[in-house]
Amino acid sequence: MKTAEPVHRLAVLLPYRLAPTRMSVRISPLSAAILCFCAVMAASTAWAQTAPTMLSPLQVIVKWSPLLLRGFAFNILISLLAMLLGTVAGLGLGLALLSQYRLLATASWFVTQFFRNAPWLVLLFFVMFLVPFQITIFNTTVPLPDWIKATVGFALPVMANVAEVVRGAVRSVPSTQWEAAESLSFTRRQTMWLIMLPQCIKRMLPPWMNIYALVAMATVLASIVGVSEMLTLTAQVHAAEGGRPELFAPLYGFALLCFFLYCYPINLWTARLERRFRVR
Amino acid sequence: MVATWTPDQPIVQCVEVRKSFGALEVLKGISLSVRKGEVICIIGPSGSGKSTLIRCINALQPISSGSIQIEGIEVTDPRLDKLALRRKVGMVFQQYNLFPHKTALQNVMMAPIHVLGQKRAEVEARARALLAKVRLAGKEDSYPGELSGGQQQRVAIARSLAMRPDIMLFDEVTAALDPETVKEVLVTIRELAEDGMTCLLVTHEMNFAREVADHVYFTDRGVIVEHGPPETLFTAAKDERTQRFLSQVL
Ligand SMILES: Nc1ncnc2c1ncn2[C@@H]1O[C@H](COP(=O)(O)OP(=O)(O)O)[C@@H](O)[C@H]1O
Ligand SMILES: [Mg+2]
Repeated sequence: MKTAEPVHRLAVLLPYRLAPTRMSVRISPLSAAILCFCAVMAASTAWAQTAPTMLSPLQVIVKWSPLLLRGFAFNILISLLAMLLGTVAGLGLGLALLSQYRLLATASWFVTQFFRNAPWLVLLFFVMFLVPFQITIFNTTVPLPDWIKATVGFALPVMANVAEVVRGAVRSVPSTQWEAAESLSFTRRQTMWLIMLPQCIKRMLPPWMNIYALVAMATVLASIVGVSEMLTLTAQVHAAEGGRPELFAPLYGFALLCFFLYCYPINLWTARLERRFRVR
Repeated sequence: MVATWTPDQPIVQCVEVRKSFGALEVLKGISLSVRKGEVICIIGPSGSGKSTLIRCINALQPISSGSIQIEGIEVTDPRLDKLALRRKVGMVFQQYNLFPHKTALQNVMMAPIHVLGQKRAEVEARARALLAKVRLAGKEDSYPGELSGGQQQRVAIARSLAMRPDIMLFDEVTAALDPETVKEVLVTIRELAEDGMTCLLVTHEMNFAREVADHVYFTDRGVIVEHGPPETLFTAAKDERTQRFLSQVL
């Protein structure tokens, strides 16, 4: 499925503008909805002026939707894996941040700050180009496809953000809980796993979901490094349909709509959880 | 050292304990002892270092100089296994400090299971008995947030007792309670004392101290001003600071 280069390059610039990773989550779905709406409106007017022999934008979307939706499912898969990986690593890093060992805590602090303050796209590039396309363990060669590398690339900022969430949540537990645990002879590790983390889970859930929504939206960045996720496929579909200008807005509007329908409920739910936990 | 201690010697022995936070000296040479089965009360104005002393005894804070021995073991010894020491000492706080994500029963069961490695069934039976003893039968499955302050404090007492300590430390455990519930907690402590539990209490409940204590220490600004059996201390205090304090609180 090699498509015309110029069209592809045009599409490549788009995701960066549509889903900047530092954008506030709560506003972006709304603006996405408005954008989407405008795009569809513009498209229908545009189409009304063209020859009726060609497929309408809607027909094009319907025709290609199985492929596009499969691409979207791939975005979700990448985001879920990145979140899983990032959460496990982030929990470890967060606990290291809370360590009594100064050296470990300081080192983890630098790691956290580094990955929290690096643009996601730059991290993605680094992972794509630094990690080899295959690794050899005990004479077995394991190929590392691009999408796996991209997943790792997204997991890094997730890790740093989760670490910060864990640290903040554990710090917010009153120090008297540590004292109570200490006076009952719990070790530090037991206190962390049996007493601190379980009472923090509620507190950690909303910011954690917030991070997830950001990752889900950021997965389109993988199109820049050639992963066949939704945005890449959208560009290819557009090219396959002859690169008609009036298809541009509907096709990308469809991608926006998919992400909106996926992320908006997550954000709603996050906000509801936040409210509920604040009342308690 | 360890082998020389016998139960007829003090369980807690503080000698010339000093403790500073930076330039602020909070304990200025405290000496006191608690024998097995005794109930000792520490009274005094706030800020006089009572909580600090209690925390030092449980090795929650290091002391600057002097010596604290629990059953003949030096608390300040850097090689000491602090966790082993704390198993002998139960502690109850002013703010209860129950684990909010666990039920009353789970709060009581946690330490014996995870710290002492005892069997769950056996621990559960003991925990239920302890909750019944502090008059909380029926509240086993309540979370701390669903219990009143007095009930939470009694769960906290049961939680400490579940570790079968040799001595219980109480730091103003009724100070955060409303007047009606103070009594139910004091009754619990009194019953404990009558069962022979060794208790070291910091308290503002003068009537309780007078009725239950074997010995009362009056502290002010990091020193023990005066001490003696409650009958003498409450009625015939010699020091002018003690008299002033008692006239304010009685
Ligand atoms: N962790 C600490 N750091 C610095 N100062 C402290 C600390 N804990 C207690 N203090 C100070 O020590 C003094 C005695 O406190 P405390 O032992 O709580 O007294 P009490 O329990 O008799 O009211 C107070 O002046 C208090 O501000
Ligand atoms: Mg105090």
